[in-house]
Amino acid sequence: MLQKLMNLNRHVIFIFVALAVLIPTLIPMNLPITVPEQTQKLYDYIDALPPGSTIMIAFDYGASSFAELEPMAEAVMKHCLDKGIRVIGVTLMFDAVTLADKLMEKVAKEKGAQYGEDYILLGYRPGGTQVILGMGNEIARVFENDYMGKPLDEIPMMQNIKNYEQIELLLDLASESTVKQWVTYANVKYNLQIAAGVTGVLVSDMFPYLQTGQLVGLMSGFLGASGYEKLINAPGKGKAGINTASLVHLLIIGLVVIGNIAFFVQRLREK
Amino acid sequence: MEPLGIWVAALLTLCIYSFLYRDNPFYRFAEHLFIGLSVGYSIVMAIHQGLIPLAWEPLWAAITGEVPSTGENPRWGFFNLIPICIGLLFFARLSPRHAWLIRYPLAILIGIGSGIEIPNVLQADIFAQIHGTITPFGKIETLSAMELFGAILMIIGVICTLTYFFFSVEHRGAIAGMSKIGIAFLMIGFGSAFGNTVLGRVALLIQRVDFLLNDWLGTLF
Repeated sequence: MLQKLMNLNRHVIFIFVALAVLIPTLIPMNLPITVPEQTQKLYDYIDALPPGSTIMIAFDYGASSFAELEPMAEAVMKHCLDKGIRVIGVTLMFDAVTLADKLMEKVAKEKGAQYGEDYILLGYRPGGTQVILGMGNEIARVFENDYMGKPLDEIPMMQNIKNYEQIELLLDLASESTVKQWVTYANVKYNLQIAAGVTGVLVSDMFPYLQTGQLVGLMSGFLGASGYEKLINAPGKGKAGINTASLVHLLIIGLVVIGNIAFFVQRLREK
Repeated sequence: MEPLGIWVAALLTLCIYSFLYRDNPFYRFAEHLFIGLSVGYSIVMAIHQGLIPLAWEPLWAAITGEVPSTGENPRWGFFNLIPICIGLLFFARLSPRHAWLIRYPLAILIGIGSGIEIPNVLQADIFAQIHGTITPFGKIETLSAMELFGAILMIIGVICTLTYFFFSVEHRGAIAGMSKIGIAFLMIGFGSAFGNTVLGRVALLIQRVDFLLNDWLGTLF
């Protein structure tokens, strides 16, 4: 029995994981959602902004990580548009532009927001650090036109926005190390307030910045997204995701515990 | 057009997941298609979002005398020739006789990069972190028992983990003990990172299953 457990075919585990994902997707569960303290901080910061303020969302994720980050983007954008806060979309990653465009259009349609007045998508420029530093001096020098090719000086909401001084917060939704770039250059050099929404892989690296106040708030994976959705009372993909993920995590924890027990019992018997 | 896109995405998703059984031609087809498309897309984006607006358009405006939307003198666009020419030196690598020319753009890149990075990284990753580690002890009387415990734990973690990487003294006695505590902190950090990585991978699977069941099969039934 122990030997069988130790040599369990990985395909059996795949089947268990598939079932753990399929069942709650077909029969949605309603597990309680807890809001992490760092997500609450981000919500509070945005919620305290007066209508007419501007935040910048950096969609620094690609197709391989949008499952975790898009629910965050959607929740934050809904909150901003409900509060009358204007949103500027930008990205440092070439494959994120179309994802950002699709999402912003979808949320704007739902909230009845107008492009150019309530939100705008600047798009992508190669360079990373140079783009961040350049926008600190003058956004129009880096993005002369928006993503659709319209000159920035013809866009109403950009009339009074020249650089980071007119932006209250930069939220970086990141699947790579772009948060460090935003903190290192936009926060240190231009004193722009930074918050982050990151994939689970990155969250451990983010806590030092949160603890020092270099990040005003943080969302991590489905947990962060579901927490933010709860705060704005708009359950979405984040809540559905965390319910399913909870079941898979239970399965993985169970498998790790069983595997360890089998390993130690076998070692004891060998002694 | 959208149903066709959904079908293509669904079939490619199934091709990729077929690898869970074993390597097969469907998986390889999807993998090669993905790599090819990614490279092609990145080249097109670099040209349209970088080369054309940042290099070509200012230069063309300088040649034609067309005033840009920023209102500045179009002739300033000729200054773009300097970085363009320096950038073109990267292609000198293709000729063995002229390969030495690549040193100039590299030297500029490293020089500017270091100049920008060093002060900002020192501030963001060293000074601010040290400040954040020490600050709680400056307001110790206002801390709750839990916050005080956290602050002390953090100091122990920082000192012990740094001791583990300090090789100028032999790791014996108290130093060895601190070093072992440092390893424990590192292991907890790695464990946390691994757990979060699993969460991330599960999230991808959940999103794909949701797409297959609702967006794809939902269009059929």
